[in-house]
Amino acid sequence: MSVGAEFFKGIYKENPVFRLALGLCPTLAVSTSITNAIGMGAAVIFVLVASNTLVSFLMWLFAKTLSEEGLNSINKIRIPIFIVVIASFVTIVEMVMAAYFPALSESLGIFIPLIVVNCIILGRAEGFASKNGIFLSIVDGLGMGIGFTLALVAISFVRELLGSGQLLGAMIMGEGFKPVLLMILPPGAFLVIGLYLAGLNWIDARKKQA
Amino acid sequence: MEYGVFQLIILSIFINNFVLSRFLGLCPYMGVSKQMDSALGMGMAVTFVMTIASLVTWLLYTFFLAPTYQNVFYFIFDTPIQNVPDLTFLRTIVFILVIAALVQFIEMYIQKVSPTLYKALGIYLPLITTNCAILGVAVLNIDMFFKDGLPLPNSFINTLVQAFASGIGFTLVLVLMAGIREKLELANVPKPFRGLPIAFIVAGLMSIAFLGFAGFSVE
Repeated sequence: MSVGAEFFKGIYKENPVFRLALGLCPTLAVSTSITNAIGMGAAVIFVLVASNTLVSFLMWLFAKTLSEEGLNSINKIRIPIFIVVIASFVTIVEMVMAAYFPALSESLGIFIPLIVVNCIILGRAEGFASKNGIFLSIVDGLGMGIGFTLALVAISFVRELLGSGQLLGAMIMGEGFKPVLLMILPPGAFLVIGLYLAGLNWIDARKKQA
Repeated sequence: MEYGVFQLIILSIFINNFVLSRFLGLCPYMGVSKQMDSALGMGMAVTFVMTIASLVTWLLYTFFLAPTYQNVFYFIFDTPIQNVPDLTFLRTIVFILVIAALVQFIEMYIQKVSPTLYKALGIYLPLITTNCAILGVAVLNIDMFFKDGLPLPNSFINTLVQAFASGIGFTLVLVLMAGIREKLELANVPKPFRGLPIAFIVAGLMSIAFLGFAGFSVE
């Protein structure tokens, strides 16, 4: 696959949220406003790219330096290694956010430490970065991270617009608009993502027929 | 804020339900809710691991990470209190590693001690490590029942109650969902909605129903 294809697969064809249904908890929880969505997306992009890079580098280093036997034993403990790598980067994000973006850190709350258990990140480390070179792993991490962010923004666009009449905190809807409070509340998240998924299924079915 | 036990139970099961209002543990909620039996098994396994993980992480946080008078460096090694290291920033790394190891131990222990229990819970245990509900409840306990690294009154009891009740709340909605999805198999769902989309719509409707509990006053 070419570099471009590796990048763009994460955005549409293998979009982590809409296609693979991974990382659902943060997707639904933080999509109440576009600001939150972008903040969460940026954090995930950083952790994803950094962990992909380090995992791919470590695997290359092990393959270079270790004997057959050593490699076998490393293979058995590779998942814990990945988790430690990911958790370290998440801790960095946690501390940076708390120091420089306290408001964002407050509104994302417990979902920042929970990036550790976001299946997208461990999934890419195990499924892609551990088998590919550093450059491709970075491209893959960027593509998947941006795909995740776009999905979050797509969901929060609907929720913020209908739920509070705002976009990025600026009033969009006119005076007479009554906010659909339900959209900001938890049920709105479930309904919006359900409709998005159904819409994508419908588009796919149409494409197949054509 | 201080919580009573009964208040905490109602809060964790209904008002702040883990799945429907906190959005934790959605993967098993969508993945293991196709049959009643497996939903019940998964719910019990999660409740069990959540309670034990909360217990262990509470102990670790109090005695090792937080720089307080309970820290082992202070009361065993006699380090002056101002020199006790503040390791609270290691929370995420320590908790996830402990949970991963704990799940392995629980699995081995159950396999040895009770083959029947292992048959019921066994296949769900490995899936639980990356379940955000477990890490979620551990982090949530620290956020709610500690202030500046110091445990609030009753924080230990509250931690256990919240973990267990949240697990029960998770099991409740998982079993309800399984009941609905078993019926849904026979329904004539529009084609684009089959599978995940309709499951999300159902979850949304359930969530609306659970919003009703938010009107409860539990003072």
